[in-house]
Amino acid sequence: MTIKDQAAVVGVGATPYYKRGQSYPESELSMACTAILGALDDAGLTIADLDGFAIYSYSCDPAEVASVLGVPEVRFAASLTSGGGGCAGALGLAAAAIHGGMAEVCVTLMTLQQLHKRLGGSEVDGVLAYATMSEGGNPYGGGSGLPPSAAFTANAGLLSPGHSFSVLTQRHMHLYGTKREHFAEVAISQRDNAIKRPTSLQKQPLTVDEYFAARMISDPLCLFDYTQETDGAVAVITTSAARARDLRQPPVYIAASANGGTGRWGPAIFRYFQAPDDEFASSGHRPVAKRLFEMARMTPADVDVALLYDHFSPLVIMQLEDYGFCPIGEGGPFVAEGNIRYGTGTIPVNTHGGNLSEAYIIGMTHVREAVEQMRGTAVNQVEGAEVALVTGGPAALPVSGTLLARSAS
Amino acid sequence: MSPQGVFPSILTHSNADDSTRPFWDAAKENRLVAPRCTNCGTFRLPPPPFCFVCQHRDVEWVDLPGTGTVYSFTVVRHPLARMLHDAVPYAAGIVELDGTQGAGARMIVNIIDCDVETLAIGDAVEIVWEHVNDDMSVPRFRPRST
Repeated sequence: MTIKDQAAVVGVGATPYYKRGQSYPESELSMACTAILGALDDAGLTIADLDGFAIYSYSCDPAEVASVLGVPEVRFAASLTSGGGGCAGALGLAAAAIHGGMAEVCVTLMTLQQLHKRLGGSEVDGVLAYATMSEGGNPYGGGSGLPPSAAFTANAGLLSPGHSFSVLTQRHMHLYGTKREHFAEVAISQRDNAIKRPTSLQKQPLTVDEYFAARMISDPLCLFDYTQETDGAVAVITTSAARARDLRQPPVYIAASANGGTGRWGPAIFRYFQAPDDEFASSGHRPVAKRLFEMARMTPADVDVALLYDHFSPLVIMQLEDYGFCPIGEGGPFVAEGNIRYGTGTIPVNTHGGNLSEAYIIGMTHVREAVEQMRGTAVNQVEGAEVALVTGGPAALPVSGTLLARSAS
Repeated sequence: MSPQGVFPSILTHSNADDSTRPFWDAAKENRLVAPRCTNCGTFRLPPPPFCFVCQHRDVEWVDLPGTGTVYSFTVVRHPLARMLHDAVPYAAGIVELDGTQGAGARMIVNIIDCDVETLAIGDAVEIVWEHVNDDMSVPRFRPRST
């Protein structure tokens, strides 16, 4: 017994996307409520129907949101642990709650305002907050109550996720010959996708020359390899497959969902870097991908569009490897051959522009795009798309993946 | 302000507990030591309370030669804070320690006294200790002189 096709995404809601800090005077709470109400309305439901919160990265306090919105009764409130790696997997958490009879209508959401804080810490908090950001469960960092292990890492100079993923990327380049030209193709193809979208925060074309002229942030990553920093909220509503068929939108079935990772990956990328060599230079998604396709009884060839978490461009390439779209170590040449391009590629990737070029709401923009692709309403609609892959992470465990499908099999 | 290439020691206390204190005590004497599982021989850093291979707790502290190779690294060029304006560009990365088994005993360190434009994976490095205060000496690595 699995959750395969037992639940469906039936509603999507979102605020506008803003550059960092510009969502003020809205708040994370107000944006969360706006997105939730929008998603319920999209589904043809009301706040009286909502009874579950299946979230990740502790994106909101369900107690506060339920109180503010007047949810009659919350029957399920749970979060996947760790950070953005859980975004796709939170849909599986919703499906599990619904299939298990613990809730009927679950919301999954992210709300983000980087006005007084920045993901990974801030200069206001001091450099130490950056350096020790993974020492607690809080993705915003914090310098108090440090565990003894912090003294082994804080003075090394790796201060942010970008620094850590640069180290991982450098190893991938060393092992497999991956090049900056390959990262450029990820950034440029996603920018091309973003240009056509009204929701995108980056609408200027990006050329290879501009990519290579950009300043380096942390070798081998330049400005265009890094995600944007943005504000906004996105929420989706999940309910049972049976109930979904009676609602306003065509159901988007959750064909499978998986989260986790190996113990040695654990918090590795931010702290210990102690994964075995064959796993170090990866996205950490390999074991999740295996379970995901097994649950769906699908293969990578069944996927029509892939929404891959793209906080840093090289990690898109490593996810293409770990989800089996190409062999391990061949992700660079795979993208260089045009395989991820919308309209012409074998597996269109991040048709919404992704974190790099549309907006960064910690993975929920990818979920939104996957749902729109399955409804057939996406701006960059992949013709005849029947199955979408959406992922969360790489980050500290758990990373996650979910397969959404236009029809139940 | 920190000289170019040197990341300033921003954590100035070891916050040691029983499992990490031998490391910091040895550091005060400019000695690199690491805990090895008495049951299966696995090195583990930073010192956790259990062995990740056999789940035993007891360790013996072993002196290491203080040499190793660069496993991977980055060159940080954008200063994330004003206090880092003079430090960038600096190299930070992972060193695999000679005398250990590889994954499990890598160290995350600032690599100093190097040309960040030519530093490469596989480069031989050696430890150099920075005396921060009476509680803490911080390990850094630099290219081996030989």
